[in-house]
Amino acid sequence: MSLQMWIYIFVIGTFLLYIGIAIWARASTTGEFYVAGKGVNPIANGMATAADWMSAASFISMAGLIAFSGYDASVYLMGWTGGYVLLAMLLAPYLRKFGKFTVPEFIGDRYYSKTARIVAVICLIVASLTYVIGQMKGVGVAFGRFLEVDFETGVLIGMAIVFFYAVLGGMKGITYTQIAQYCVLILAYTIPAIFISLNLTGNALPQIGLGSELVDKSGFLLDRLDQVVTDLGFAKYTEQKGTTLNMVLLTLSLMIGTAGLPHVIIRFFTVPRVRDARASAGWALFFIAILYTTAPAVGSMARFNLTNTIQTGAVGDPQANLRYSEAPSWFKNWEKTGLLKFEDKNGDGRIQYYNDKNEAFAEKAKGFGWNGNEMVKVDRDIMVLANPEIANLPFWVIALVAAGGLAAALSTAAGLLLAISSSISHDLLKGVFVQDISEKKELMAGRIAMAGAIVVAGYLGMNPPGFAAQVVALAFGLAASSIFPALMMGIFYKKMNNTGAILGMLTGLSSTLIYIFVYKGWFFIPGTNNLPNTADNWILGIQPESFGAVGALINFIVAFAVCKVTAAPPEHIQHLVEDIRVPKGAGVAVSH
Amino acid sequence: MNNSASEYWKANLRLVSILLVIWFVVSYLFGIILVDVLNTIRIGGVGLGFWFAQQGSIFTFLILILVYTVRMNALDRKFNVHEDRED
Repeated sequence: MSLQMWIYIFVIGTFLLYIGIAIWARASTTGEFYVAGKGVNPIANGMATAADWMSAASFISMAGLIAFSGYDASVYLMGWTGGYVLLAMLLAPYLRKFGKFTVPEFIGDRYYSKTARIVAVICLIVASLTYVIGQMKGVGVAFGRFLEVDFETGVLIGMAIVFFYAVLGGMKGITYTQIAQYCVLILAYTIPAIFISLNLTGNALPQIGLGSELVDKSGFLLDRLDQVVTDLGFAKYTEQKGTTLNMVLLTLSLMIGTAGLPHVIIRFFTVPRVRDARASAGWALFFIAILYTTAPAVGSMARFNLTNTIQTGAVGDPQANLRYSEAPSWFKNWEKTGLLKFEDKNGDGRIQYYNDKNEAFAEKAKGFGWNGNEMVKVDRDIMVLANPEIANLPFWVIALVAAGGLAAALSTAAGLLLAISSSISHDLLKGVFVQDISEKKELMAGRIAMAGAIVVAGYLGMNPPGFAAQVVALAFGLAASSIFPALMMGIFYKKMNNTGAILGMLTGLSSTLIYIFVYKGWFFIPGTNNLPNTADNWILGIQPESFGAVGALINFIVAFAVCKVTAAPPEHIQHLVEDIRVPKGAGVAVSH
Repeated sequence: MNNSASEYWKANLRLVSILLVIWFVVSYLFGIILVDVLNTIRIGGVGLGFWFAQQGSIFTFLILILVYTVRMNALDRKFNVHEDRED
């Protein structure tokens, strides 16, 4: 059976599965639509959270990032997992005890202020919408490569699928679909990794393979990799390239950003009890860790395989560079997509892949008759998708990876869309503008908001406003600097009042936005940046991506300072805080 | 807040503080700040600092949440603040 046949079977098969689940898990009340009726088992919720969390970026991009930046990519591994420790211990159980539907609802009630609620809704929508654009783009790219349709058609198919199960099933439908999507994506990620680890190191567990000797007994994988890449003038794989300050701050920004992202937080509203919320965060991290501890092995092995495919022997030996006419089929396939580009600069019909930015090495390379790096483009996003082909794995594995990439993008998109639609129908409509709306009408409003959000996300996915690549910095920066501190102070500092919290959120948010815009351009419009985005212009050498942690600090400081000079929160609010601190009485109405 | 509730809250904060210190040590200290020092020790083919940054910290995070969940559930019972729908 041909590869294309396998891909159709896997992709269409999984889609039918998702739609089947959606029909089975229709939502009929607002409780089911927003939080799946608070009846999800903690293990199942952990799995759904993992699928919700692991986006196209985790599935497709992360291993590629690791492959090309080596040790420095550790910030993503630690940053995107360490946030769950904060979630489990500082937020999830208390927000579950609070027992409502959305994140802005907690902020609005805790700070007894509609303004606070609206500020939270704005932060939520900006963070979630920017994030969902990336997912829609990921869907388009994956379809484009695997179903051989064009990018726009790919996005449209993705929109239709999400529309079907998210609008119909709400959180309930999304949760059960995400469980299926987790299974698909984790199999798709680990199976090729196991094959490749076996090939290279003889160890079936990629986590162990990373620290193992190669089967040809030439040394340990990472030592050989360090050598192979430095021989070609690249930086050592296991060595630190960025500054320690930026690594610390970026890790911290990603951690508190993770804990502050609304689409992750609302997942913990869906479990029956407070203790389930704690356990569920642990299960979520467990399911996430399976992929995240595999990724370093995938990254290093992909880099090793890629380099060795092109540089087949001693550097400098003219016979040791792969002849272009003999390039494997994956090479030609990815060239067609434009994500891989070769240019025969010295006209010898062979491929030279080396670091020509390294002046000392570039000099030496001239002596070999090399005339610049000929792999003019190696998009790091292709690493995971091309990996099974590079390792010559069977067709069905390649097809499975295609289905896995789509599952990762769709599950995250659905979770984000739910966060957006619930904040519109529940926080803005029912909370502020039409307070006497009936449940039936609110449910309808939720569905319409969801449909609207899908159309907007799809449109922006097809016409990315030029800043799709900057999305991560923005979404995490916003969540870290505005939402996380407001939630944490709301739980751990009883005396925090409305003015302090609102001013804290606004200063945290605006300082982070300004810092990012000053270096990356206002609203990411090219050419509008006030200062060049280089290390010597950054304040204390802090890169814009790392600023979320500083924004959070500013938020905390402003909130405490303002709180000291303004009136303490009313008695009943302090009682509310005391009440959410103890699990007893969860699920029943709060009474005083 | 009555006495028992404030005792419960203090015990909770103590537990979380200890766990977050470990959280900080394995990721920021071992994985980033002290990475070069730790890399002089090797387990298999990986420097210890590199291992903490790409594997060890994630495993530790998992254990931290597990310990937290078990200890908190025990505290809930000890201070009799566990949920009614327990079983």
